[in-house]
Amino acid sequence: MEALLELLKKNARFSPAEIADRLNMDEKEVVNHIKDLENNGTILGYHGVIDRERSGDTNVTAMIEIKLTPERDGGFDRLAERIAKFHQVTHCYLMSGGYDLAVMVEGETLNDVARFVSEKLSTVEGVIATSTHFQLKVYKQSGFLASAGFEDQRLAVSP
Amino acid sequence: MKPLEDRIAKQVASIPRSGIRDFFELVQGRDDVISLGVGEPDFSAPWHIREAAIFALEKGQTSYTSNLGLPSLRESISKYVEKQFHVDYDPASEVLVTVGVSEALDIACRALLDPGDEVIYHEPCYVSYSPSIVMAYGKAVSIQTRLEDKFALLAKDVEAAITDNTKIILLNFPTNPTGAIEPLDELEKIAQLAIKHDLIVISDEIYSELTYSGNNGIDPGEHTSIASLPGMKERTILLHGFSKAYAMTGFRLGYSCAPHVLTEAMMKIHQYSMLCAPIMSQLAAVEALENGDPEVERMRRAYAERRNLLLRRFKEMGMPCFAPGGAFYAFPDIRKFGLSSIEFAHRLLEEESVAVVPGTAFGKAGEGCVRCCYATAYDQLEIALEKIGNFIGRLQ
Repeated sequence: MEALLELLKKNARFSPAEIADRLNMDEKEVVNHIKDLENNGTILGYHGVIDRERSGDTNVTAMIEIKLTPERDGGFDRLAERIAKFHQVTHCYLMSGGYDLAVMVEGETLNDVARFVSEKLSTVEGVIATSTHFQLKVYKQSGFLASAGFEDQRLAVSP
Repeated sequence: MKPLEDRIAKQVASIPRSGIRDFFELVQGRDDVISLGVGEPDFSAPWHIREAAIFALEKGQTSYTSNLGLPSLRESISKYVEKQFHVDYDPASEVLVTVGVSEALDIACRALLDPGDEVIYHEPCYVSYSPSIVMAYGKAVSIQTRLEDKFALLAKDVEAAITDNTKIILLNFPTNPTGAIEPLDELEKIAQLAIKHDLIVISDEIYSELTYSGNNGIDPGEHTSIASLPGMKERTILLHGFSKAYAMTGFRLGYSCAPHVLTEAMMKIHQYSMLCAPIMSQLAAVEALENGDPEVERMRRAYAERRNLLLRRFKEMGMPCFAPGGAFYAFPDIRKFGLSSIEFAHRLLEEESVAVVPGTAFGKAGEGCVRCCYATAYDQLEIALEKIGNFIGRLQ
């Protein structure tokens, strides 16, 4: 992957000037390049990685395993795309192994998520079975540890 | 009673105090200082490596190992050196695991030098080279490399320094403190000289993974080990270790790769003085070699970005600095500000609370330069560079 994308993956808030400094590029060149990557769909979007507990966000998240009946033309795509469109669904992946789709769902309460699963997901034609796992605690998300903290303990001057 | 000073062995008494230590004492105890004075990564060792060390302790792996080092580690080192440097060493008889490259250098000197034997080395250099030679009763013959040559070592200077007593040429590329890379043609000429005069070469290649090239400065550069050149393996002691690339300084682990006879001689000293390197460090090192490449690359890239920032800011503020091809140091030229390296470093510390190391701490050829280590968190580096900019703004 190119260096610029590596950087944005690490921290999307780097300013074009800072990216230019880091990658020895021209600031304008950075701006244009990012615009291209956004326009051609390489960069889908940006979001902050937030510690929910600290932010006071009381939403609940569940991971739902879904078994599907594949269709003759298109396999799982049509159904997966249909499920992914629900605004409650934050992630949707086709998986190998014991089930077909792994879907992350977010709702305000446990009840919201449960209702979404029973009323929306499991009633989609082609869904054979669902299995819902509620998330209890976050230790790491999007590459960030929930409890970071590392103090520089090096000597101030060393050979 | 005779004063205790008089009991110190002449050899040891003759060694001057380290310039680094002087400067360290100035900085010590001040918590407002941003330090570009360190000689080690700011990263902690990658977790999978630390985890391997923890696992070793959990399993009760607390014994001595073979004097040469764990066979599994020597196997891994041999494979890695073949891949990285294209030189093939027998893990059973040509690889010795040591407590850092520092120990390896010490025992290499002690194994090879008789009183009066000369060792040619290039300054500015890591602070332990001359003392290691002197403590082994050798004569340290320094070659002053020059800013104009980007601190590369010129074969003609080596040739001029060779005498009937020369036994060893000691090389360090990429170089601490300059970040210099040796051009291949000069390296080849030096190899020819070593062969012509039948000399041993000790090559400290501890920074060899940390190289930078390309217009973006992000790509890794080429590194050639002198041991890989024709006719050189049989006369070279290749020194390497885990401190820099794997950020494992505190694990204290290095190694030497050398022909069996030389390895045996070094091993004699190692077994009686050190016995073996710590087993948990050795087990962590196996993990580092087997699975550490992605983390090394991640850190190398982070250094590359900081190097870009540093070089750009230096350029903007009018601080001449050649683009170092390796390690994590820049060695800017401060001569135009009319201060000695020591004055510059002292005043920068006093006035802006930024620590850099005077070039003279690494030999007199370092006069006119200061060493700035960019293995420092990016935001801290940005602040430090702004402060350096303010400082030299007042000097101009």
